[in-house]
Amino acid sequence: MEQFKGKVWVLGDDIDTDIIIPTEYLALPSVEDMKQYGFSPLRPELAGQIGEGDMIVAGKNFGCGSSREQAPEIIKALNIKCVIAKSFARIFFRNSINNGLLLIENDQIQDHVKEGDTIEVTLGEKITHEGKDYKIQSLPDNLMEIINAGGLVEAMKKRNGVK
Amino acid sequence: MIEKIVSRNIGADSVKPGEIVTVNVDRVMIHDIFIPFVAEKFEEMGFTKLWNPDKVVLIYDHMVPASTVDDIRHFKIGDAFAEKHGMKHVHRSDGICHQLMTECGYAKPGDIVFGTDSHTTTYGCVGCFSSGIGYTEMASILGTGELWIRVPETIKVVINGKLPENVTSKDVILRLIGDLGADGATYKALEFSGSTVDDMTIASRMTMSNMAIEAGAKAALFAPDEKTAEYSKVELSDVDWIYGDEDASYCRTITYQAEDLVPVTACPSQVDKIRDVKEVAGTKLDQVFIGSCTNGRLEDLRAAAEILNGKKVADYVKLIVTPASRKIYKEAADAGYLKTLAKAGAIITQPGCGLCCGRAGGILTDGERVLATNNRNFLGRMGTSKVEIYLASPKTAAASAIAGEITEA
Amino acid sequence: MGMTIGEKIIARAAKADEVHAGEIHTIEVDRLMSNDGTTHLTIDMYHNDLKHPKIADKDKIVFIMDHNVPAENPKTAQAHRKMRNFAKEHGIALYEGKGVCHQIMVENYVCPGEFIMGADSHTCTYGALGAFGTGIGCTDFLYAMVTGESWVLVPETIRFELTGKLRKGVYARDLMLTIIGMVGANGCNYKVMEFAGEGAHNLDIDERLVLCNLAVEAGAKTGIVEPDEKVVEYLESRGRKAENMFVSDEDAVFEKVYHINLDEIEPVVARPHQIDDVVPADEVGDVRIDEAFLGSCNNGRIEEFRVAAEILKGKKVSDHVRFIIAPASNEVYIQALDEGLIDIFLDAGAMVMNSNCSVCWGSCQGVIGEGEVLISTGTRNFKGRAGHPDSFVYLGSAATVTASAIAGKIVTAEQVEE
Repeated sequence: MEQFKGKVWVLGDDIDTDIIIPTEYLALPSVEDMKQYGFSPLRPELAGQIGEGDMIVAGKNFGCGSSREQAPEIIKALNIKCVIAKSFARIFFRNSINNGLLLIENDQIQDHVKEGDTIEVTLGEKITHEGKDYKIQSLPDNLMEIINAGGLVEAMKKRNGVK
Repeated sequence: MIEKIVSRNIGADSVKPGEIVTVNVDRVMIHDIFIPFVAEKFEEMGFTKLWNPDKVVLIYDHMVPASTVDDIRHFKIGDAFAEKHGMKHVHRSDGICHQLMTECGYAKPGDIVFGTDSHTTTYGCVGCFSSGIGYTEMASILGTGELWIRVPETIKVVINGKLPENVTSKDVILRLIGDLGADGATYKALEFSGSTVDDMTIASRMTMSNMAIEAGAKAALFAPDEKTAEYSKVELSDVDWIYGDEDASYCRTITYQAEDLVPVTACPSQVDKIRDVKEVAGTKLDQVFIGSCTNGRLEDLRAAAEILNGKKVADYVKLIVTPASRKIYKEAADAGYLKTLAKAGAIITQPGCGLCCGRAGGILTDGERVLATNNRNFLGRMGTSKVEIYLASPKTAAASAIAGEITEA
Repeated sequence: MGMTIGEKIIARAAKADEVHAGEIHTIEVDRLMSNDGTTHLTIDMYHNDLKHPKIADKDKIVFIMDHNVPAENPKTAQAHRKMRNFAKEHGIALYEGKGVCHQIMVENYVCPGEFIMGADSHTCTYGALGAFGTGIGCTDFLYAMVTGESWVLVPETIRFELTGKLRKGVYARDLMLTIIGMVGANGCNYKVMEFAGEGAHNLDIDERLVLCNLAVEAGAKTGIVEPDEKVVEYLESRGRKAENMFVSDEDAVFEKVYHINLDEIEPVVARPHQIDDVVPADEVGDVRIDEAFLGSCNNGRIEEFRVAAEILKGKKVSDHVRFIIAPASNEVYIQALDEGLIDIFLDAGAMVMNSNCSVCWGSCQGVIGEGEVLISTGTRNFKGRAGHPDSFVYLGSAATVTASAIAGKIVTAEQVEE
């Protein structure tokens, strides 16, 4: 089973899509141009501090709000390995799957982990933090198919015979 | 109700919550912000033609009128995409997408509709299962006409009785969101019923379906009745199969008595932070906004005009009024509401998303406070993160504009 | 030695019996107007650069928000907030979203014989009522706000002796663009353009506003129409009195006198990117447009709206054209609602804005993109004025703009009727 380790950034409940990327930046030409403004209403400095392979641990209803797909794209562009939250909003959840951003649901770890801690994720099995394990589920099969294809675009390409 | 719509769509006898099914999409809506991304993904996926150009609606509203040069790029890409694929349903300045989808009859009772906007839940007001999706999924629907969904559980919301004079459907839905929490209906459908709902206009129901997403809901449905049939120009007998069975299974039932409800407001910066207007009365305001796909309809403008008739907006307070569509603007002009509002000192803007989506039309800055009739009060939604946004009904908004502070109508 | 209208107004403001071109005088300002384009900068200077800041006479000052109303980003919202708070603190009259500054000033303040300074180049508009209005920068404005005074170099006057009447389908805007084409964009640099003669008196107040408003586009310090009975009537209808109705003396000295017969004026268009590149509207060639704009302090009044509605009635704006209409003031908007003009605009597919500078200012609403073409009733066609640096602005009358919006390319009203 795939395993990875990384540093943690801790965010609260109801992290909405306007926090992840405010509307005024949506007309910028690319996600690369937008990513510096990720999370700016809440923590303007955060986007610059995130390193490759870091993870976000958040509370309930992560990604609530708009259907803007730039939200998961920006998190991915900031090189976040995965988002662990108590729960995810519906549209954000779909958009993340379709863009190959890994989301993990767990409602225990938030009480224990601090920003800057290191955690280890074993996919479909557990998160390990300071020697303690937190159980996690794997995604349904139909979603794993999309993720395994590398996102919905890749899945459709395969369907349409595009190389 | 949603199970009936889904099973009829896929030709099954019945479906159960939790099942994953592939539905045939009746209509899709794409707006100006996302059309460049949809077009790009569509090409990238290797599609060459739309599954059905007649079922695709393109609406420019978030960027109308253009406030930056970049906005024009979105129109150009949209125009080119529409022309290349023979799309006839293109609205370039007719109003907000969700208003137009029902107003123009694109979303009808029993249909399954997806849009690249979270407030696509709006069309549930006519008994349509509609929901927001991202642009990648939209691109795949454009090619295939299909989408997989997980059949959601349903929360039944029953409201009986007569609403007090100063309470509107906006107060009802805000109260519900407060009680459910911003994630209380995540991945679930809401189904509204009861005598209060039966008495509501389609416009009032639209406000409630529109805001269901703020509790995380996938859809928010009202069973079609005579009013629906008339509004959507269908025969009632063709759509009267859309209702929740007596023995349908609901994951939860919530009941309200209309007479108990009071004007409420969502306080900064969570939609579920609901307080009675009375509790926050006296809070000074810099701006008041009446408009959006939530509350920019004729009855909302009428309510505001009745309250503002012969009165003035408080000094140093701005009242911005944005009708939801060209049709509504015209009706409000003909009915004299716009004149009343303009004489009271309101700034009446071109129909569009403008202020509600934070792109133009009354953006605020640090230390300012706004009371608005739209659907979101997220941090930074209408300007900087130090802007406080209160959400309330058009009646509360109009009364507060006169007082210059939050007050009950 | 006789004096021109401009000299008489300056003499009054300078409390001198006589002033003449070339002299420098200290004058008392009758009124000061500043809008949201620069007021925040003036306020910063007021707080940061003055030892003992004070306002000479708050009742002479008017603040008007019109350029970016309602605000389109937090930066302009911040500028507005500063302006609003300052006005509140000092008891200065404040108009927010009530219309374009010059229209508000004409509707509510301007009187003949007054010397008015405004922190906006088109302050020259007020000459339509026989006042001397002129545009200044923030530093000048600050000085005048604090002292109540300013200095002025008395300009020479160029007189435009008008005869005849504009023919049907020809408008004051065609006349003024023709004049600018004739004298050039700097042809009246630091001069007063004085409009007189029977032709000038044939023009109504709204037409005079169009003339004076564009005087700065010929480089003039101001434009003034010899005031007459029409000015008195206009002011009386608004509860103001017409005193100091100055006209030039017979022996006044003019630098130059032009004679123009209004009967000979044709519909014209100014081509990008110079306002003096003026050609007959039907000779502009095949120019496809992306946007059309009716509005601004030059051409957003009820008279222009009536012209546009007459042409639009029962017709549709071309599919590929964004036709943006912005009333010059809330008063114009209400009047247009009453007359059913707004209905006609909406039915035709035009967009009706709140009253503000809109497309003419090019930074808040209705901006144009790369390579796009706009035909506008705005004041300027400078490169990039309405949006992208590589875009093109043509200027024409309300009739030409409306006809072009229908046709999707630049045509005259006559051509679209055919």
